[in-house]
Amino acid sequence: MRHIISILLENEPGALSRVVGLFSQRNFNIETLNVAPTEEPSLSRLTVTTEGDDRVIEQITKHLNKLIDVVKLVDLTEGNHIERELMLVKVKALGASRDEVKRTVDIFRAQIVDVTPSVYTVQITGDAGKLDAFIQAMAPIGILEVARTGVSGISRGDKILGL
Amino acid sequence: MELLSGADMIARFLQDEGVERIYGYPGGAALHIYDALFRQDKVKHILVRHEQAATHAADGYARASGKPGTVLVTSGPGATNAVTGIATAYMDSIPMVVLCGQVASHLIGEDAFQETDIVGVTRPIVKHSFAIKHPSEIPEVLKKAYYLAATGRPGPVVVDIPKDMTAPTERYEYVYPKKVKIRSYNPVTRGHSGQIKKAVDMMLKARRPVFYTGGGIVTSGASESLTALVKRLGFPITTTLMGIGSYPQTDGQSLSWLGMHGSYEANMAMHHADLIIAIGARFDDRVTNNTSKFCPTAKIVHVDIDPSSISKTVRADVPIVGPADSVINEMISLLQGREMANAEALPEWWSTIDGWRAEREGKLYEPSQPGERLKPQEVVEAVYHITRGEAYVTTDVGQHQMFAAQYYKFDKPNRWITSGGLGTMGFGFPAAMGIKQNFPDDVVVCFTGEGSFQMMMQELSTCKQFGTGVKIINLNNGTLGMVRQWQDLNYKSRHAHSYVESLPDFQKLIDAYGFTALKVERHDELDAALERTFADNDELVFLDIDVDPREHVYPMQVPLGAMRDMLLSKTERT
Ligand SMILES: Cc1ncc(C[n+]2csc(CCOP(=O)(O)OP(=O)(O)O)c2C)c(N)n1
Ligand SMILES: [Mg+2]
Repeated sequence: MRHIISILLENEPGALSRVVGLFSQRNFNIETLNVAPTEEPSLSRLTVTTEGDDRVIEQITKHLNKLIDVVKLVDLTEGNHIERELMLVKVKALGASRDEVKRTVDIFRAQIVDVTPSVYTVQITGDAGKLDAFIQAMAPIGILEVARTGVSGISRGDKILGL
Repeated sequence: MELLSGADMIARFLQDEGVERIYGYPGGAALHIYDALFRQDKVKHILVRHEQAATHAADGYARASGKPGTVLVTSGPGATNAVTGIATAYMDSIPMVVLCGQVASHLIGEDAFQETDIVGVTRPIVKHSFAIKHPSEIPEVLKKAYYLAATGRPGPVVVDIPKDMTAPTERYEYVYPKKVKIRSYNPVTRGHSGQIKKAVDMMLKARRPVFYTGGGIVTSGASESLTALVKRLGFPITTTLMGIGSYPQTDGQSLSWLGMHGSYEANMAMHHADLIIAIGARFDDRVTNNTSKFCPTAKIVHVDIDPSSISKTVRADVPIVGPADSVINEMISLLQGREMANAEALPEWWSTIDGWRAEREGKLYEPSQPGERLKPQEVVEAVYHITRGEAYVTTDVGQHQMFAAQYYKFDKPNRWITSGGLGTMGFGFPAAMGIKQNFPDDVVVCFTGEGSFQMMMQELSTCKQFGTGVKIINLNNGTLGMVRQWQDLNYKSRHAHSYVESLPDFQKLIDAYGFTALKVERHDELDAALERTFADNDELVFLDIDVDPREHVYPMQVPLGAMRDMLLSKTERT
């Protein structure tokens, strides 16, 4: 099963490489990885999506917790949560397909954020499934380039991952 | 308030931390630190002849004393030479602090002379690492390094120190930090009471229980409480290779150690048990054999300080995260006034076990006759007797290591010193050196093989310089015996590069360093040679013994089998 693990990490040099290194060292896989500082300057928040059965996920969270730089973590998939990813896509927009792209963008509630005579750059947010669907819809028209941020997430309700 | 340079802070910190001896080797990036060490005399520095030996010596000291070992090396090749020793300590959870010189901050990343990203290189083999960013943080970072190395599940910590951080001209305030806090690091101090109760109930109901305990007992100093618990219950106990000595091996309840070359009765008892109480052990592949066939009838209680060790390879029925000592003591108090539910079962279990003991009696090797070459097993037994089982015993890696583990009996923890997790050839001699220098009144024996010894033999020079009287017992079979054994068993005796042509004349070699070497070729020469070897505890003696090269280590678990599937000799299988 796919899991989204959210980590509060010391904002220190080398901390990120320890997290990433752990995954390759122990043969765990990383599907997406997203990291940025938080409102508290000493902490980064890192979100990993990974695939594995319960045993593997248990080992991943235990080993992550063992890293000295990991302050706290939560497996968001264990409870209700919000998952978002942002994607920028360049698509061919020539002739008749220009309108087609525009229509699809509207259907997906995406936005065209840059325009040239032959190319639209589209911004879209949502869960990973929605982004995948958008890519599928655009594929016949012609995708030129894709940049995805990787998943970020937060739990619903009053639950808080903080110090 | 005191103003000190970074280098002087390091020297002062080591004093304040109570570090008596450090092991190291100088070089450009570490020279400010060496100069600071020169200008004080509280912390003694042992100059090794190869940085790997510094790590093994510090590691040996740590295993024998329970305190962190300290290593100091220069950048680049100095630091990379230390890598094998750091990995060795990591795999066996040994507390160690490795101070590495580094090129000056402004040169980092420029492929400067002797620059290596040692924090990057060692990342997967350290508990944690630090890079010093400003001289003023030195006291606190060092305190954190020692704190992390020694607490929770111990391990090596690397501190990378760019040369400008130790410059003699820049001085900052020095205060010895008595305590540090790391917000993300809070090792558990006790186990979950409900889980411990559950475990105790299972123990009282068990019919065929066995304790399986590991290096965690040694590291956490829990031998005494473990012994009390095992005695109280009357259960059999087997330890891992790393746990040898944590329960007295000469006691009747000890089944000796288990696993690939473990005792027949220990492996049989594990396989047939209905309850396994694992404490400070990690179910590694050299213990469990094939996990899918592992102990089919057993429920498993697993106590460990490291949650990631629990249910990693074998699922625990009752996981308990906590320090061995406190969990064991809680078990003992919960047992007060309670009795076994099936009192008749335990004696039956013991008679089954005694049956296994009798079955293997005299099977594992055939003694040599007076005019013949010795069997390596006999040598270990003889050394055990002449040292009355009281020596610190280190080993290298190979057949001799397994024979030492099988035939030397340990009644105390911290005496059996071996590289179990990484299996590092070259570990034994420098480890023995580190122990002897810190425990000069004790007898320190290193069992080695002619292959392993040649990996770190340059340390003879260090022993000369510091007058270190270790006893080196070379079980010389003229071959990389353990490799050869596998080739005999799995490759139809095609001995690809497992023999060592042109061995040195060890007599001359040892003589060149100014030490005594003795040679034993036949069975009847052994006793006199051992007398001579152990006559003077301050003298390094190298005892080169020709042993039978055809000998295999038995028992040996059959690959992919269960715990009980073992070869007992070249012709007999369970
Ligand atoms: C550094 C290192 N290289 C290779 C090995 C693989 N290895 C394990 S045992 C062994 C043979 C050791 O030979 P020797 O020291 O003579 O001991 P013996 O088995 O003959 O007693 C080898 C090569 C190892 N454990 N460590
Ligand atoms: Mg050999």
